[in-house]
Amino acid sequence: MEHVLRRIGAETLRWLQGLGRATMMWAMAVARLPRWSDVSLIVRQVYNIGVLSVVIIVLSGFAIGAVIALQFYTQLARFGAEDAVGVGLALVLLRELGPVVTALLFAGRAGSAITAEIGLMKTTEQLSIMEMMGVDPLRRIVAPRLWGGFISMPLLTVLFNTVAIYGGVVVGIHWLGADPGGFWSGMQNTVELWQDLGKGMVKAVVFGLVVTWIAVFQGYDCEPTAEGMGLATTRTVVMSSVLVLAMDFFLTLLMYGDFR
Amino acid sequence: MTESLGPDTVGSGAGSTGSVNAQTADYLIEIDDLCLMRGEKVVFDHLSLKVPRGGITAVMGPSGTGKTTLLRVIGGQVRPDSGAVYLNGKDVCRMSRSELFEARRDIGMLFQSSALFTDINVFENVAFPMRVHTDLPEDTIRDLVIMKLNAVGLRGARDLMPSQLSGGRARRVALARAIALDPDLIMYDEPFTGQDPISMGVILTLIRQLNEALGTSSLLVSHDIHETVNIADYVFVLADGKVIGEGPPKALRDHPSRRVTQFMRGDPDGPVPFHYPADDLKYDLLSEDV
Ligand SMILES: Nc1ncnc2c1ncn2[C@@H]1O[C@H](COP(=O)(O)OP(=O)(O)OP(=O)(O)O)[C@@H](O)[C@H]1O
Ligand SMILES: [Mg+2]
Repeated sequence: MEHVLRRIGAETLRWLQGLGRATMMWAMAVARLPRWSDVSLIVRQVYNIGVLSVVIIVLSGFAIGAVIALQFYTQLARFGAEDAVGVGLALVLLRELGPVVTALLFAGRAGSAITAEIGLMKTTEQLSIMEMMGVDPLRRIVAPRLWGGFISMPLLTVLFNTVAIYGGVVVGIHWLGADPGGFWSGMQNTVELWQDLGKGMVKAVVFGLVVTWIAVFQGYDCEPTAEGMGLATTRTVVMSSVLVLAMDFFLTLLMYGDFR
Repeated sequence: MTESLGPDTVGSGAGSTGSVNAQTADYLIEIDDLCLMRGEKVVFDHLSLKVPRGGITAVMGPSGTGKTTLLRVIGGQVRPDSGAVYLNGKDVCRMSRSELFEARRDIGMLFQSSALFTDINVFENVAFPMRVHTDLPEDTIRDLVIMKLNAVGLRGARDLMPSQLSGGRARRVALARAIALDPDLIMYDEPFTGQDPISMGVILTLIRQLNEALGTSSLLVSHDIHETVNIADYVFVLADGKVIGEGPPKALRDHPSRRVTQFMRGDPDGPVPFHYPADDLKYDLLSEDV
């Protein structure tokens, strides 16, 4: 029993230390705003992190939009309310699935890549030699990735939502034959700019921040060995996914509140 | 205890701290009473040494005595547990992060692994320090990079990616990168490993030329006794976290300490153990707990 308690204590301490190091890293990297010369580094990361994730976001978005439309349509058709497919689809995507699924895909595609890249740089002493050249890796390597992820994630969410709605249109209207007029006007009348789109984007921003932070830190802090890197990459995906889902619950509670 | 040769070499630092700053004019690096533990192992045990300005100084010693660690301490990457490291008269351990990064601009370092940036090609690797630390126009950078690559015989490899290079060539590119900004101090960690006899000669000449033409100070870590003796002006032999002998290379061969002469002549038997501390071999082979 004592053994178990001590173990839990040690793990908690280790975790807190990690959190401390992660906070230090984040603060030191973002403390000074990017200079003009850093812009090209950030643009390059937006490409690596954002643009290279476009294919998976588009494919998944389309599939999810299509399948939601399919489910809604079959359920709503029983009440003769097929036109409400558009509203349901938009609300579910903008408020929940858009930011959450994008963040999960983002963690798997971009997060793991960031961790592996920085981890490899550390393992092969590239970060170390950079330091010895008088170049701070926190500014040169870490900061552009933090910014790149922060910028990319909301844009990817917008893309995901757009494509998913298109997927819903293809299935709901073109295939199953819902009325386009009802579909679009329902959506336009119900969806609110801040309440639905805005709050969803707040989620996207928060998820982007957290997932990139985890990914960069795991790479930067990994043990410089092959196993260490593997472990760090796994940790990025697992931690990001769990945190995204947990945070989504609390953000929904916080922002939409008053459920009881 | 330090077994020094000349009368003017460092003792084990008996109360001479007051005059340390006055002496820094002659010495580029001064290490005073350095202690460092890594895990359970004592790496430096009250180590003191001084590296003169403008010469080629070599640090030798058995594997695992902390030669690489010493270079990292000088570069401010590893903080010692106690003691002081003066670089140009300034204590590296007391510098702020930004001061440290500033000071490192004047240091070139060649790592034991080549540590090339794997996402950019050979040319960009050598150009990297120039691009981040200077505002030189593009064609000047191009000329400088080509000259540096030419000096290590790899001008033709400038468009290759680091992964396409052999180990020895990658280290020569890393060498070109280390000297890219003509630093005041270059620290070489095992520059000769993995080099064929021809490139070995090229590197030796290069180090000497940098030293003579530009007045660069060099701190060289190496196992290759023959090359080191040829090129170094002054040698420190480390073992067990201390300097066990120092002096001009020729003099070290006839050093009074058996431990130093064993190392300088490369005898396997002697007071310096070749093996990592372990049980008797016979015992290890016969024991059954696998
Ligand atoms: N990160 C670390 N953690 C624990 N011990 C370490 C670490 N780095 C180095 N050491 C220990 O410090 C000692 C000195 O290592 P160092 O790499 O400086 O040796 P070296 O003299 O350069 O050896 P070689 O000639 O083989 O390169 C070694 O015994 C090593 O086990
Ligand atoms: Mg070494």
